[in-house]
Amino acid sequence: MSDARADILARIRDGLKRGPLDEERTDMLETLLASHVRSLVPDRAKTLDQGARIALFAAMAEEVDTTIDRVASMDEAPEAITRYLAQRNLPARVMVTPDPKLARLPWDRTTLEIGRGVAQDGDAVGVSACFAAVAETGTLMLVSGPASPTRNNFLPDTHIVVLGADEVVGFYEEAWDRLREAGAMPRTVNFITGPSRTGDIAQKLELGAHGPLRLHIVLVEHGAQARP
Amino acid sequence: MHPTSRAFPENAHRALGDAILQQSLGIMMRQGFAVRRAKVVARLPEFEALREEARALKDHVLEHLDFYLETFERNVKARGGLVHWCRTAEEARATVLEICRAAGARTVTKGKTMIGEEIAINDHLEANGIKPVETDLGEYIIQIRREPPSHIVAPAVHLAKEQVAESFRRTHRHLDPARPLDEPRQMLDEARAILRQKFLAAEVGITGANILVAETGSSIIVTNEGNGDLTQTLPKVHIVLASIEKVVPTLEDATLLLRLLARSATGQEFSTYTTVSTGPRRPGDPDGPNDYHVVLVDNGRSALMGSEMQDMLRCIRCAACLNHCPVYGAVGGHAYGWVYPGPMGAVLTPTLLGIGEAAHLPNASTLCGKCESVCPVKIPLPRLMRHWRERAFEQDITPRATRWGLSAWAYLAERPPLYRLVSATAARVLGWLGRGHGRFRTLPLAGGWTSVRDMPAPEGRSFMSLWTERRR
Repeated sequence: MSDARADILARIRDGLKRGPLDEERTDMLETLLASHVRSLVPDRAKTLDQGARIALFAAMAEEVDTTIDRVASMDEAPEAITRYLAQRNLPARVMVTPDPKLARLPWDRTTLEIGRGVAQDGDAVGVSACFAAVAETGTLMLVSGPASPTRNNFLPDTHIVVLGADEVVGFYEEAWDRLREAGAMPRTVNFITGPSRTGDIAQKLELGAHGPLRLHIVLVEHGAQARP
Repeated sequence: MHPTSRAFPENAHRALGDAILQQSLGIMMRQGFAVRRAKVVARLPEFEALREEARALKDHVLEHLDFYLETFERNVKARGGLVHWCRTAEEARATVLEICRAAGARTVTKGKTMIGEEIAINDHLEANGIKPVETDLGEYIIQIRREPPSHIVAPAVHLAKEQVAESFRRTHRHLDPARPLDEPRQMLDEARAILRQKFLAAEVGITGANILVAETGSSIIVTNEGNGDLTQTLPKVHIVLASIEKVVPTLEDATLLLRLLARSATGQEFSTYTTVSTGPRRPGDPDGPNDYHVVLVDNGRSALMGSEMQDMLRCIRCAACLNHCPVYGAVGGHAYGWVYPGPMGAVLTPTLLGIGEAAHLPNASTLCGKCESVCPVKIPLPRLMRHWRERAFEQDITPRATRWGLSAWAYLAERPPLYRLVSATAARVLGWLGRGHGRFRTLPLAGGWTSVRDMPAPEGRSFMSLWTERRR
C-alpha cells in the first residue's frame, strides 16, 4: 500500500502544479502549526470574570437539558448527589470513577452505595470528575486516563459530573491551552453538551438515545483546585 | 449501492406523488433544521466572519494538503496508531476487511460515516461473512429497511413513525408481537436495548471523521446520540474511515469548523458529543481500543485538486445546502439516486461517478443561490453546477432537443439586433393569438410549462422599446 501513499501525494502535487514543498516553505508551515493561531472567538465568551463565565455556562447548559445543582464546597457533593437521586426516584447506587478529586470526598456521610472503577452495562448512575468546562456553549470537557474511563460517560442512564467553578473557562481555545499545559494529548477528549438525544424517528426530539438520558452537574463554588 | 442518478426525472416524479415522503419533507422544511439554524445564527454576530475564516482555512489546507496529510500520518504513528492510504473505494474496502479479519471480527458496530456509504463498506463486509451493525438510530432504521440514506445528517428523515414501527416488528422478532410501538419513545427504547448488546459484543468499531487534526494525529467525530463513542470505546479495534480533505492543522482550526458545523447542520450551538480520539489506549488506561487505524480514502478527490472543482473539497458535510434547497425539499434525497443528495450531491456525484452517470443532478436546481448563501465554507455551489452543465453540453451528454434549443438560443443571444427582432415578432404574434383570453392553456414546445399553469399572453410593448424611450 506504500504505492498508494506515493500516488495520492503525487496526484495532489500534480493538481497543485508543484513538487514537494521546499525546506523554507515546510519550516514556515511547521512554525505556523506550533503557534496555534486562534481564529475569531465569539464575543459572548471573551473577557468574562468568573461570575459571568459561570452564569453563561449554566445558561447554555440548561438550554440543552443539563441540570445544575450548586454547592459551596467539594465536601457537600456526595449529599447533593444523594438528594438529586432521591428526588427523581433513581437508584441510590453510583459508579464513581477512580479520579482522586472524587476519591477524597466524604461519601460515608451518605447512604449511597458506592462502586469505584469502570462502568458496566447495567450501572444506572455514573459519577465523573471534569477536566474543564466551556462557557461558550455550556459544554463539559472530560479526558480519558488511568483514573477516568471513557465508557463511564456513556453507559449509565444518569451521568453526574462534579465540576469545580475554577474549571470553567470562557471558550474552547482556553480549554486547549489548559490541556497542553497538563501534558500529552490523552487518548480521548469528550466534549459533552447535554444528555444524549436523537430526532431520527419522525423528527421528534427524544433524550437518551445511546448515551445518558440525564446529565446532571454538581457545580462546586470552591472547586477542586481551591480546596485547602 | 447501484446508482440510479440516471433516472432522476422518474425518481423525482415518483417522489412528488409519495404522500408520506411529502409529509416528512414538509415538516423538515417548515419546522426543521433551517428554522433552527436561523435562530442560532442570529445569536452569533460573528457567524459571517467565521464563514469567511473557515473558507480561508480550508483553502490554505488544500494548497498544502500533502504537508498536512504527512504531518497527520506522522503524529498518528507517534501515538501508536496506523494510517492506511487508499486510492480507491476498492482499496479502502479491502483494507477495512483485512483489519476486521485480523481482529477475528464477527460483528462490527458502525458510527455514521458518509465515506462508508460512498465506498459501500457494509455490503463488502456482509459478503465476507462479517455483520456490520449501524448504530446511529437513523442509519440503523434504513439498514434494516435496506434503503440508502436520504439525507447526509438525518438519514431516515423521509420516514413516518408507522414505517419505522413496521420495520421494527419485522426485524425484532424475538420481542412480543403485541407490544405497543406507537410513539418514537417506545421505538427508541427498543433500539437502545438491542444496540446496547451489539456495542458490547462487537470486536471492531468503525466511525467516520468529521475532522482530522494534523498537529496531534487526532480524529474528531460529532454526534448527538453517543453511538459513535460507544462504537469506538468498547471494541478492541477502532477503525476511522476518513477522506483526505478532512485534515486541518491544529485543534484551534478544528474549533473554527466546530463553531460552524452544528449550527449549520442541525441548528444546535454545539452537538451533544464532540469527541477527539488520538491513538489506541495508553498504558494504565482502563478502557479504549487496543488498536487505532485510520483508513485515508482518496477515491477521486486528488483529481479535483487544481481543477474548477477544488472548491468542493472544502465541504464539511453539514447538509445546510440540502436543508435550504427548494428542489431537495420537493423530491427528497432518494431521487438523486446515490449517496449524496441536494446541491452538494449535485456537484459531488458527477465528480465521483462521472458526468455521464449523473448529468441530471446539476440540472436539478433553479440556481436560486440559497445553498451558497448558507454554506459554512462558502462553496460556490451554483457556479459548480453550471460548470457541470457546461461539461455535459460539451460532451454531448445533454439530450438532443435541449442541445438544439440551447444552440438556437445561443445563436440569437450572440446577435442582439436579431434577438430583438425575433423576440419582438414572437411577442406580437403571441399577443395577437392570445388577445381573447389573455392566456394560453397549451403552447407548442412548452407543454411541460403549460401542463401545470397557464402562459400569460404578452401585452403592451417590450422592455427594450420602453427602455429606449425613457433614456431619451
